[in-house]
Amino acid sequence: MQYYSPDSFSSAAEIASKAQGSIRFLAGGTDVLVQLRSDIFTPDTLIDIKKAEGAKSIERTEDGGWRIGAAVAGAEMSEHAELKNEWPGVVEAVDLIGSTQIQGRATLVGNLCNGSPAADSVPALVAADARIVVQSLSGERIVSVMDIPKSPGKTNLEKGDVVKAVLLPTRAERSGDAYLRFIPRSEMDIAVAGCGVWLQLDEQGVVSAARVSLGAVAPTVLDVDAAAKAIIGTKLDDAALENMAAVASSACNPITDRRGTVEYRTHLAGVLAKRAAKIAYTRAGGSQ
Amino acid sequence: MALDDTKTKDFKFVGTRPERPDGVDKVTGRAKFGADMTAPGMLHGAILRSPHAHARILSIDTSKAEALKGVKAVVTRADFSTNPTFGPGLTGEPWNVLENVMAGEKALYDGHAVAAVAATSALIARDALKLIDVTYEVLDHVTDVDKAMAEGAPVIREGAADKSVPAGMHPNVVRYHDSGHGDVEAGFAEADLVLENSFKTEATHQGYIEPHACLGSLGNDGKGELWCTTQGHWYAQKMCAALLGLETSQLRVTASEIGGGFGGKTTVFIEPVALALSRKANKPVKIVMSRSEVFRATGPTASTSMDIKIGMKKDGTITAASGVFRLQGGAFPGAPCEFTAMCAFAPYALENVHQIGYDVMSNRPKQAAYRAPGSPMAAFAVESVIDDLCKELGLDPIDVRLKNASHKGTKASFGPRFDDIGLVETLEAAKAHEHYNTPLKEGQGRGISCGFWFNHGGETAVSLALSEDGTAQISVGTPDIGGSRASMALMAAEELGIPYEHIRCTVADTATLGYNEISHGSRVTYASGLATIKAAKDAVNKLCKRAAQKWGIPEDAVKWEDGCAVPSGANAGDFDPLPLAKITANMGATGGPIVGHFEATPEGAGVSFATHIVDAEVDHETGKTKIVRYTVVQDAGKAIHPTYVEGQFQGGAAQGIGWALNEEYIYGDDGRLQNAGFLDYRIPLASDLPMIDTVIVEVANPGHPYGVRGVGETSICPPLAAIANAVSAAAGVRMRELPMSPPRIVAALKAAQDG
Repeated sequence: MQYYSPDSFSSAAEIASKAQGSIRFLAGGTDVLVQLRSDIFTPDTLIDIKKAEGAKSIERTEDGGWRIGAAVAGAEMSEHAELKNEWPGVVEAVDLIGSTQIQGRATLVGNLCNGSPAADSVPALVAADARIVVQSLSGERIVSVMDIPKSPGKTNLEKGDVVKAVLLPTRAERSGDAYLRFIPRSEMDIAVAGCGVWLQLDEQGVVSAARVSLGAVAPTVLDVDAAAKAIIGTKLDDAALENMAAVASSACNPITDRRGTVEYRTHLAGVLAKRAAKIAYTRAGGSQ
Repeated sequence: MALDDTKTKDFKFVGTRPERPDGVDKVTGRAKFGADMTAPGMLHGAILRSPHAHARILSIDTSKAEALKGVKAVVTRADFSTNPTFGPGLTGEPWNVLENVMAGEKALYDGHAVAAVAATSALIARDALKLIDVTYEVLDHVTDVDKAMAEGAPVIREGAADKSVPAGMHPNVVRYHDSGHGDVEAGFAEADLVLENSFKTEATHQGYIEPHACLGSLGNDGKGELWCTTQGHWYAQKMCAALLGLETSQLRVTASEIGGGFGGKTTVFIEPVALALSRKANKPVKIVMSRSEVFRATGPTASTSMDIKIGMKKDGTITAASGVFRLQGGAFPGAPCEFTAMCAFAPYALENVHQIGYDVMSNRPKQAAYRAPGSPMAAFAVESVIDDLCKELGLDPIDVRLKNASHKGTKASFGPRFDDIGLVETLEAAKAHEHYNTPLKEGQGRGISCGFWFNHGGETAVSLALSEDGTAQISVGTPDIGGSRASMALMAAEELGIPYEHIRCTVADTATLGYNEISHGSRVTYASGLATIKAAKDAVNKLCKRAAQKWGIPEDAVKWEDGCAVPSGANAGDFDPLPLAKITANMGATGGPIVGHFEATPEGAGVSFATHIVDAEVDHETGKTKIVRYTVVQDAGKAIHPTYVEGQFQGGAAQGIGWALNEEYIYGDDGRLQNAGFLDYRIPLASDLPMIDTVIVEVANPGHPYGVRGVGETSICPPLAAIANAVSAAAGVRMRELPMSPPRIVAALKAAQDG
């Protein structure tokens, strides 16, 4: 195994494009190192991006949003008051991952690029309409979060691509986001199902725009437009919530495994959508 | 067995809560656990395990692994004893252990060891395993207990059944238990209400935090040393000697500090393999299991399928009870079906009772003891039915249990008559407890259950040596899994009359004492405690003799009081009290070292009962359960160190919560274990548990000098049932299968809704 620690994302992209065999990027290592140690996967090339310029910073963008570097740890996001105030759903989703110790290492980008259908931060990013900055030999490009996951454990990133940062949009007036997941215990577990909701209200408290995303209920994260439509134009009354829950459940295409059954996950998606929507609504300033 | 020299009051040390002697070592990292030992020239061992649930091993080619640089030895079954007196069946337990430690003709479960390597580094050993070429013929497999008994199920091993099994049963049924008394059919006819239901529980792992680890050194001369984490190093000595064809006394075994066992470290897994590798490589070999290996290849408890039928009169009197208990214990005989059957109805004084147990083999790892083996599952089934009977008849669950409770003189469901027991006292304490009298909040349910365990005595040897400065060192042979070093020191302090802090208790190696049975059966505070008291009394007799010599009076004219020899009466002479330290200061010149001994197999362990109260909340939308309040009431006989007793009570409840709610062995259709790690094998986290209240009831055990009853196991008997009763009440639907995981609760609620 070859280990590299480049000081820029462009040289990381160059190393990756020239590397032979399998490649892994190392940020927090909470997936890569665990797989290495437990003899699940040992890459031929390991590229540590922690020293790359901008990898560890959280910055305000020109348009008033946020740029979160690829090696920013969960704890750094949770301790960033402004970020947490503007995107509580995204920050809470990251904070749900692992333990206090894991939070000191785990990254948003790592969670995305690991490709797990159950990644907690990914539905929250989809709901927030986050963008992903990808560096390659030919330069930088910006893509949607939905463009990254391909299938369990796989992404659409090409050889030589390296994710630099996540961009969060400006928080709109009267908007709020939330993420909820279900696990059988209180912490230290993988989502059986997860749901991210972002919504915006008009001055009367009616939902004027929304996004609803689901995790762990399909091979990749789902952006459920029909569930968003079910609450747009409503004040989140019971009928609207039930309608959204039914639509969310019907969008699911899960598997039965050691964490849950098809029936259970499908059911949970609706329950979580209702609960997350209520939190987002309150955060947007709405009152029911 | 009543003892003549009992003491049940006016204790000076017993019943106090001094600091634990192992505490500083454990929090500073000075304590040496299984994996902490190293030796010069040490090699690292690794074990190749079957990926198949059931497969014939056609060939094993180790040549490529042996050729790898750094590999010093490879062993397979051929490197172990072929002693022909071994054979299948529970009477041939060494054969079973050998077959489990290293597969013979067949791999019997996912994770079954098939070969092992010793190399100069752990990484080389791991890589070498990948070079071993095993050719398997994959066979049909079965992992469910009911399916394993059914016609057409794959046969794990022909001829493993013993004579107890009725004709016509499937060969996987290897033992059969049938006991009881009275006429159950007549009893059911007298009842106003008879309920009959079926229950299932999944296998759970003991979940000790320390994985199995050992360091073995064995020469071609048959002399060896073994360091390992174990609950019983004499057993490890005996079993390793048998499996490797050694003389027992030539193998010295030392028990490390132990990071939890709960019954799971009462046998050997990697120890004989390390010794076989060492003998071949002529170097010490260390093996440390990964967590995945612990789950796949060490003992979980048995899974069960049970049918219960109980009849009750309108006033709560139980007229008859019967149960059928089927236990799957992996690919070997030994599932504790007789314990499950015998414990099931033990809390109740029944005129008519009948229980049947089946020990069934399947393609799973060999079950190992887990805290009161077999009893918690029985209580789950029986106490669920009693709870339903109470509800349907509108009776208070504690009153009904009091009405039927076993007491001194009751003919137990399993045969003998009880001596002094404390079940009624635990029920009365529970009924009077503030918890039981606090109203539930909206959406909560409350559950009650009793539980029973036999407890055990067993072969025990203790030696207590006095030092010149008047301090004492106790050598015991029972690894400390529950604070026993503190308890031994307290009991010795009580007898010797010297401070607790002046006594050090050590777990001695196999070369130091006579045979000590494993630390199991809640026996240590009882049996090693009894032996410690007797050894201290032996030392006191010797001290009195030295005083008598000094004073020139007869030995029987000296008695021991508050740490001093004193004349036994006015006419014995007028001498100042002679403190222990004054006698030991020159003991070399007055007759030599003073050491007390005791060796015996005490048989008065004294059974133990508990009553638990649980409050639970269930989220009806997600099926998630929260245990909001928990109280354990248990008879300890006499609590030597009450903090440790409370710890045992709380530990049993905590493990019971895991077993009841989320822990389970999950097998895929391919027969492979799906959750061999703590991520998906869900033991409760600290944040999942409420503070667990405890009430210590003390009804003295007549078989112990101070009245001690073991407390380690009974605490896990009631939780499954008490939690199931609470969850069923909160959910509004009876849960008859464990674990009561969120998907299962949602499915049960939906089924109830759909009618």
